[in-house]
Amino acid sequence: MKKINKTTRSNLITYGMVIAMFVIMQALVSAGRISSLLQGLLVPLCAYIILAVSLNLTVGILGELSLGHAGFMCVGAFTSAFFSKCMAEAIPAAGVRYVIALLIGAASAGICGILIGIPVLRLKGDYLAIVTLAFGEIIKNIVNILFIGRDENGFHFSTKDTLSLGLSMDGEVIVNGPQGITGTPKDSTFAIGMVLILITLFIVLNLIHSRSGRAIMAIRDNRIAAESIGINITKYKLMAFSVSAALAGVAGVIYAHNLATLTAQPKNFGYNMSIMILVFVVLGGIGNIRGSVIAAIVLTLLPELLRGLSDYRMLIYAVVLIAMMLFNWSPKAIAWREQYAAKFRRKKQKEV
Amino acid sequence: MKNPSGRTYAAEGNEKYTGWGNSMSFISYFINGISLGSVYAIIALGYTMVYGIAKMLNFAHGDVIMIGAYVVMASVSGAGLPPFAALLVSVVFCTVLGIVIESVAYRPLLNAASSLAVLITAIGVSYLLQNIALLIFGANTISFASIVPVPALALAGGALTVTGEAIVTIACCIVIMIGLTLFIRKSKAGQAMLAVSEDKGAAQLMGINVNGTIALTFAIGSALAAVAGVLLCSAYPTLTPYTGAMPGIKAFVAAVFGGIGSIPGALIGGILLGVIEIFGKAYISSQMADAIVFGVLIVILLVKPAGILGKNIQEKV
Amino acid sequence: MKLKKALCVALTAALAVTAFAGCGSKPSDQENAGGSSPDAAAGTEASGADTAGGTIKIGGIGPLTGGAAVYGIAVKNGAELAVKEINEAGGIGGMQVEINYQDDEHDAEKAVNAYNTLKDWGAQAILGAVTSAPCVAVGGVAQEDNIFMLTPSGTAVDCVKYDNAFRVCFSDPMQGVESAKYIGDHGLATKVAAIYDSSDVYSTGIYQAFAQEAENQDFEIVAAEAFTAESKSDFSVQLQKAKDAGAELVFLPFYYSEASLVLKQAAGMDYKPTFFGCDGMDGILAVQGFDAALADNLIFLSPFTPTSDDPAIQKFVTDYQTAYGETPNQFAADAYDGMYAIKAAMEDGNVTSDMSPSDICEAMKASMVNITIDGVTAKNLTWEASGEPSKEPMVVKIANGDYAVVDDADAEGAAADGAADDAAESVIGTEAAAE
Repeated sequence: MKKINKTTRSNLITYGMVIAMFVIMQALVSAGRISSLLQGLLVPLCAYIILAVSLNLTVGILGELSLGHAGFMCVGAFTSAFFSKCMAEAIPAAGVRYVIALLIGAASAGICGILIGIPVLRLKGDYLAIVTLAFGEIIKNIVNILFIGRDENGFHFSTKDTLSLGLSMDGEVIVNGPQGITGTPKDSTFAIGMVLILITLFIVLNLIHSRSGRAIMAIRDNRIAAESIGINITKYKLMAFSVSAALAGVAGVIYAHNLATLTAQPKNFGYNMSIMILVFVVLGGIGNIRGSVIAAIVLTLLPELLRGLSDYRMLIYAVVLIAMMLFNWSPKAIAWREQYAAKFRRKKQKEV
Repeated sequence: MKNPSGRTYAAEGNEKYTGWGNSMSFISYFINGISLGSVYAIIALGYTMVYGIAKMLNFAHGDVIMIGAYVVMASVSGAGLPPFAALLVSVVFCTVLGIVIESVAYRPLLNAASSLAVLITAIGVSYLLQNIALLIFGANTISFASIVPVPALALAGGALTVTGEAIVTIACCIVIMIGLTLFIRKSKAGQAMLAVSEDKGAAQLMGINVNGTIALTFAIGSALAAVAGVLLCSAYPTLTPYTGAMPGIKAFVAAVFGGIGSIPGALIGGILLGVIEIFGKAYISSQMADAIVFGVLIVILLVKPAGILGKNIQEKV
Repeated sequence: MKLKKALCVALTAALAVTAFAGCGSKPSDQENAGGSSPDAAAGTEASGADTAGGTIKIGGIGPLTGGAAVYGIAVKNGAELAVKEINEAGGIGGMQVEINYQDDEHDAEKAVNAYNTLKDWGAQAILGAVTSAPCVAVGGVAQEDNIFMLTPSGTAVDCVKYDNAFRVCFSDPMQGVESAKYIGDHGLATKVAAIYDSSDVYSTGIYQAFAQEAENQDFEIVAAEAFTAESKSDFSVQLQKAKDAGAELVFLPFYYSEASLVLKQAAGMDYKPTFFGCDGMDGILAVQGFDAALADNLIFLSPFTPTSDDPAIQKFVTDYQTAYGETPNQFAADAYDGMYAIKAAMEDGNVTSDMSPSDICEAMKASMVNITIDGVTAKNLTWEASGEPSKEPMVVKIANGDYAVVDDADAEGAAADGAADDAAESVIGTEAAAE
């Protein structure tokens, strides 16, 4: 048998893992052997996996710290929900509507990524982090003061309140400031989410192993050396950043079409969420795409499965998070693990 | 329609007031901005110091501040200590807390492959502190009785007031800033800190106890957090387990504003942030206050990418 | 590295297994977990003893951690107190009640997770969610499953969008309109300023209705200033603008924790307008360390005052204080009434513990419009099919560090509206004269 290239094999494992997960879950769902909690978590899980993978492109491959990823998710969520709500009657076919919504969400988040990326990528390190954090907060703030209504005269915009929209009697408020958008059609399903995860993985993994991906990683490892061999730094940085933003927009579309209400609160689109996504990426291993997928699953399920602890739930969650970080990242823990693994291997060899 | 005379009086008072109005409210906004900014500045000092020496963003700093405020509250209302003694208890408590956090959660990761690892652990510590406070003190808001003994200062015949808390906060800020600068410049431990911040490896070769120096930095940073907690809650007297989170983030922004790692920069960044926030609310839109603050931040960073007082280190090949 | 990966996979597998195992063994898990709170334990024991009527399972959803935890915990306590009383008095038609309260962290997505957890546990009706956005999200899924839902304090209009959802509290628009009417009718001011939280559903909902109604009233909104969740520690600018605009009354449609700060800062800048709040203001005097003198003359609409002479309220307040060591606020009171409303509707609809949640929902939907509750938040509390309660708001004024009901006639809810207005006017009139 022809030996498969190492990276190809690794990629195949990642795809295989996702497909296996889908098959198992789907089988369990159809057999009815699954708790409603887990069934309800399937779609958000897809969104979080995509978020983690897309942020890993920025943090792991491009090597820039971004604290505003939730901002792009927010853009994708609100533009797509706006579209779906407006077109709920015009396009009755949920599938068609959802695909268009996805494209709109991804495109608008991607465009935001480019707009933010052009000035920002000139900055480095923690300054880039703080500017992305600032963008995330600005987007959230703007969404919170945006009022859009529709009547027979077309769309009305305001940044003050629903009154100043000046709608006619049968007008409908679509985006209602901090009350956001309610009644988005619930079009996200687990199957669609899984397909989108596979597409995301395909895009990201192919980008990493392409010529562009190697250029991006060269910039990460040594910007000056990369520049000196003629790599267009701005172009490649922007490419990675905007792809990452567009994928976050896709996650936003999934998120928005799964809940009856979409509001931009600090909890779901603020820096808290951005940091949460960063936690997925770092815990899973910076630059390790498969790790991001696993970490997103583990950290999303963990607080839900700790519900039995009632009052101590979030406390234990924090302790487990710190412990996992120490175990995964501390040089001493890594050394201990390798030592232990080596011993284990030797023992196995002896037995054989 | 019951009390017309009272209302006319109010209207008259108002007319008199608006005669002075614009310039007076401008000054008043400015003073409010400086008061708010001084609170950000005192939190930012702790952030920037830890960043300068340990090169890590201590996201749990805001929560140490919250713990510090709870300790003062508990020792004043629970144990009946006088305010100053309570502050002392809180400083000692936070210093110990800071050292414990550093040695358990941060030190094992200071040499990790990525500096992000310790950032994430700091977030974990932040969640932990919030939830411990929630379990011990409950979720109810506590109105923190100000322990600042200075009375408010009335200017221009009472049209302007500067609160005692603002005066004390600014004074504390300046004293701490000068104290820290002197400590770092003159003392042996301070020199060791400088050396560690420049080059950890070389410092170790020169016989400096790197771990001890970093622990000392955290101890000082946490002691400052206790003071900041008291001043924050004296100026804005609501205390909940989540009180520290948002000022913490704002102070982080302030520290970057001023140039992270620079101690005078933290003071300037904090005050600028406070003034911009208040003016943005006052003259542009109170709904968009956050967007304005962060927008200005972006513009400043694009013009001066290392913050106002930050050093722009040239990369060498 | 091998080991690390193996561990990761093992951990994921372990989590997944627990999740599946959860579906089978959830009830017993939850009973054990709930054992930490005395009432749930009491409920469980009682259900063991009295198997004749079976056990009816009520699920609760609200924030127990995070910035909104204070409201969620109050609702949890209020509901558990009611459950304890109901069980001691023989349960609902012979059935013992068991309540399981899940945390939603004040987040829509987490609220749906909490709802699904409750569904796995076997909840037959839902008392929740506490806050508006989570409530709308839960409403969306509860409607699909056709599970009865009664929110104690979800004020947004969309909280009761579907026919299976009812609420105990007033809705946002209703509070805004009533506030504006009260200010206009009683001539409290001609120039009014409003400060609201532009990042919050509850606050903007009330403000918008208030601003709309203000156009019909005899006063003018001279300043409308906002703040957000990110900048809610400094209100000096908003107050300064209100002061500069000459506002005699400042409308504060948000919760008491922020309001306590507003009052303190207003006192600091020597600005003394009349402050007017909504039901979120209730509880301000219970804030530990708050100087009650600052709240003097604060007026707000509230369904509940802990200092009322009414014996039912007195009993509730005393029992609550004994159980939890603090004075109940309107969230606790709403939850307490909500639990009794569920009891009444279940009894009216002849609900039995072996009915499916969907059948229970159908029975309760029909019964909700029939029942009348004499609760702690209102006398003769009834519901419309739309899900809205019909009750009169009380106007409460803080005087000498204590709550005082201004509108006695409304408090009893029996007198005709006109008489109530007259009574109130005379009260306000005397106060104005006294000033």
